[in-house]
This record gives sequence, structure tokens and C-alpha cells, in this order.
Amino acid sequence: MKKEKSKHKSIRKQFWSQRYLFLLLLPALVWVVLICYAPMTGLYMAFINYTPQGNGYFADMVNSQFVGLDWFEYFFSTDFLMIMRNTLATSLLTLVFSFPLPIILALCLNEVKNQRVKKFVQTSSYIPYFISWVIAANIFLTFLSADGVINHLLQFLGLTDQEILFFQNGPYFWWIIAIANAWKVLGYNAIIYMAAISGISQDMYEAADVDGATRMQKILHITLPALRPTILILLILAIGGVLNTGYEQQLLMSNDSILNYSDVLDTYAYRYGLKNGMYSYGTAVGLFKSVVSFLLVISANALSRKFSDDNTALF
Amino acid sequence: MKTAKLRKKRCASDWFLDIFKVIFLILVTVICVYPFWNIFIVSINDATDALRGGLYFLPRKLSFASYADILTRETFLHGIWITVLRTVIGTPLAVLVTTMLAYVLSREDLLWKKPLNLLFIFTMYFGGGMVPYYMVLKNLGMLNNFIVFIFPNLVSVYNMILVKNYIEGMPKEIFESSKIDGANDLTVFFRMVLPLSKPIIMTIALFVAVMHWNSWFDAYLYTNSQSLKTMQSILVEILNQYQTSSANQAANQAGQQLTPDSIRMAATMIATIPIIMVYPFIQKYFVKGIMLGSVKS
Repeated sequence: MKKEKSKHKSIRKQFWSQRYLFLLLLPALVWVVLICYAPMTGLYMAFINYTPQGNGYFADMVNSQFVGLDWFEYFFSTDFLMIMRNTLATSLLTLVFSFPLPIILALCLNEVKNQRVKKFVQTSSYIPYFISWVIAANIFLTFLSADGVINHLLQFLGLTDQEILFFQNGPYFWWIIAIANAWKVLGYNAIIYMAAISGISQDMYEAADVDGATRMQKILHITLPALRPTILILLILAIGGVLNTGYEQQLLMSNDSILNYSDVLDTYAYRYGLKNGMYSYGTAVGLFKSVVSFLLVISANALSRKFSDDNTALF
Repeated sequence: MKTAKLRKKRCASDWFLDIFKVIFLILVTVICVYPFWNIFIVSINDATDALRGGLYFLPRKLSFASYADILTRETFLHGIWITVLRTVIGTPLAVLVTTMLAYVLSREDLLWKKPLNLLFIFTMYFGGGMVPYYMVLKNLGMLNNFIVFIFPNLVSVYNMILVKNYIEGMPKEIFESSKIDGANDLTVFFRMVLPLSKPIIMTIALFVAVMHWNSWFDAYLYTNSQSLKTMQSILVEILNQYQTSSANQAANQAGQQLTPDSIRMAATMIATIPIIMVYPFIQKYFVKGIMLGSVKS
């Protein structure tokens, strides 16, 4: 009892001695409570039939009817398969493009001896990262339009004699989003790999030179294995984010004629939850996404911990 | 040794590597730069002339009419003003709050260090989702309020980790010696940590500023009054106008000095030019920042 009391006192004392630290922490604490944790309490909306009655958000939540898992059942029995197909098609195709390309770019840049050429290519490669999705979508809509540069190029090369209406064909949309995503992050991700490459000891390459290794062999047997931890970490992050397809690119490039292909979990939750005012349904779809994403990150992290001896796990 | 290496016969895989490398790098450069070049030349070309098509590398007939038109539009200028305002106010505040948080969480002796760290890290992997978030903003009175651009963006946990890693990499002795001199934590933070973290602060300032400049979705979701429309929102309006009018575009436009197309291109360029202007700055801090961040993800 006495011991506990003294411990308590010492915590209070410690807190007092750190009062300025907590003062510095205060704004971020307010932020995290209001912006991150307050919305989490709103997840309760997924289990009720939320009806705004004008008594404030929390009071309305308490007064709404409890419906259990009805919203989830409704989702699984209606649009679930279509939305999941679109979400997974979009994000897996994105992975196919945006995962290997930055590695290849980093390896190629590493082979360039002329520093000015290297810097020029690298600087060019991350321009798309810095422009807004509004502009990026604008570029894709323009270039892929019936009268756009891509159609002209395809006709010039004789690959097609009719204009391709890229934004009128559902499955094309998955490819367009995937390519647009890859285009935006290519240069950014390549820098991460470049950083990892610059950390590789030169001794290994010199030893390989002595053994008469070709450049290709050095890439395959020294550089790539050294990049393994970086690749794994980025892969874990990508797997965790597989349901995060983003809102902006989808909303800006999609149109009503291909909605059955372009609608993903995020846009679906947005359309029902906010645009159509089915707050509880939108929350339920969002909660489904958050839980699955969270489980994916945890399991990807556990897997990488299990299968690699080096310390690649995120947490 | 060196001459031996030079004289070594180039094997087939070396040839393959070099050819592949050149083609790949040229392709990457073209794909990343050409779209902007194309938009640029169309935007400075005469609008009616542009309808003939075939503008790929150089403008045929120079005209800045589209720029003149768009830069005299009240709505667009107001959009630029809102965007500048949110960038100029939002960036320093976000950098300050994020750096303060990073410093506190980096302190070894911090009371409840672990739970506090977890409190913030957890938000990277789990959240309430869009609808509850919207409801909270609504109840806080932030909808249709300029503050919705500032407050939610005060902290980015990802940026905080970058700064925290940087601060943790500093020699501890500097802080300890000033502690002995009787400086309190506030003084240490503002006099020592803040100035010494300048490189990483510049990096996250760049990230935040670009985010503010580019963001469209928050304005789209959380505001609907004309007076809060950001530049990107106005840009989207111009873009949508074009899409709906594109069907009968050619018919209506022959003989006009301006076309939706030319307006769109000019607006795109105006939104892109500031990004290109800070590019030397980006060069300097961006690569460094990612490298710092990727050392200790």
C-alpha cells in the first residue's frame, strides 16, 4: 500500500518535471483524439440504423435502432462480389505495374555511369509524383481520348485502325488506374531502392570482379539479394494497402457507363454513405475494409518475420 | 587491374543489359516528361489551330489567349487564393505540431513513452472510415469552414516518424549539456532541436506544402460553398465542363478563339507551374528525405 502510494507520487512528480514536454505534446494529442479516435467511436454506426434526429451525433447514435450485422449481411448478399472483384483487380494490377518497375528503374539508373544523365532521368521520373490527381487524371483523359495521342500512336503503328474508346470499356479501366498509379509512384519508389543500393558495400562488387563476374551476375547475385529487405517491407505495405485503391483517381477518371467496373470499396462506401445518405451502410462497408486491411498488415508482417532471418518486420 | 577489366570481352549479357537499360530509361523519361510538354505546347498554341490536331512536339501558331482568359476569371483566381492560403497557413503549423510530437516521442525518459507511441502508430493501420470521420467533422463545426483544410492535416504520423528518426540520430550530449545549463524542455526544443532538424523539417515542409497545393478531395467532400473552392476544385469543374461538351465540341468550336480544350490545358499548366518552380527545392530535400526515411522504416 505504502509502496504503491510512493510510486504514484513519483509518477506525479515525473509528470510535473515533464510538464513542458506534455505541453509540446498537447496539440498533437488533441489532433489524434479528434481526428483519429473520435471517428473510431463512430464505427458503432455500422451496427445500428443511424437516423439523424438533430440531437447531435452521439445522442443520435444512442437513440438509433440496433440492427446487429444486418448491414454486413446486406452488403454480402448484394454488391459484395462485384465490388471485391473491382477492388482486387485494380489493386493487384497496380501491384503488377508499380512493384517491379521501380526496382528495374533503380537497377538501370545504378548502371548509368554519367552522373548528369542519371540525375536527369531520375529527376524526370518523379515529376508525376508531385502533381495532383486532378492534373494526372486530366492527362490520362486527354491522352486516352478518342482523338488523343495514344490513339494516334496506335493508328500510326498500325495496331488498330479504329479509335479505341478507353473510358467506355469496363475492364480497361482497371488497367488505366493501375498504369496511372504506377506512373505516379515510379520515381518515388525507385529512390527508396536507390538508397538501399547505395548502402551495399563496394567490397562485394570488387570481389565479384576478381572472380570475373559479369555485370548481369553482379545484379542477380549481389544487388538483388541486398535489396531483399527493402522489397519485403514495401511488399508488406502494399499487401496491407491492397484494399486502399484511393478515391481521387477513381472519382476523377470514372464515368457512369463503366460504374460496374470502376466502383471499388472506397468509392462504394462514399457513394452510399455520404452521397446517398445511408450513413450506417457506408460505415459498415468502411469497417469491413478497415478490419480486413488491418488483418492483412498483421499477417503480412508475421509472415515476413517468419520467413526472413533479417529484421524486415515492420513492428 | 583496371586495364584488365576494360579489355575483358563484353559478353552477351552485357550487351543485353546496355541495350535494355538505354531503352528503358528513355521510355521512362519520355513517359514522365512528354505529357507535360504536350499539354504545354497545346496550351500556348492557337485554340482553333489546335483543333486540326497533329500537335506533338512544337506549337504551330503561338497564342496566349487561353492564359489571358483563365487568369481573368474571378473563380479561378479566388481558387488560387484559397489554395495559396491553405498552403501558407497549413504548412508551418503542420510542421511545427509534427516536429513537437516527434521530439516528445523521441525522448527516452518520456513518461508513458510506449503507450503514447502506440497511440499514434496505431492510427496508421486502423481508422474509423470515411462516414464516421465526416460526422465528427460535421459535429466539430468544421464542414464548410476554412479550418477543415488546416486542422485535419496538422499531423502526419508518417512525417512524424521521419522527424523522430532524425532526432534520435542526433548526439544526445547536446541536449544533456543544455539541460545542465538549466534550460527547460521548451527552450531545448525551440533553441536546439528545431534549428538542428532543419534538413528534415525542410523535407516534411515540402511534403506538406505539395499535399496542400494538390489536394482536391477534402475540398470536394467537406465544403460546398463557392468561396472555399480550391484551385484544384475549379480545375475539376473546368475538366468536367470539357467532358460534357466534348461530343459536340468540334462543331461548335470552329472559328472560336478559345476552346474548352485550350482552357483546360492552360489551367493545367497554371496549376503545374508552381510545382515545377519549386523543383530545385524538391531536388535538394526530397531525395534526402526519402533516404532518411527508408533507412529506418
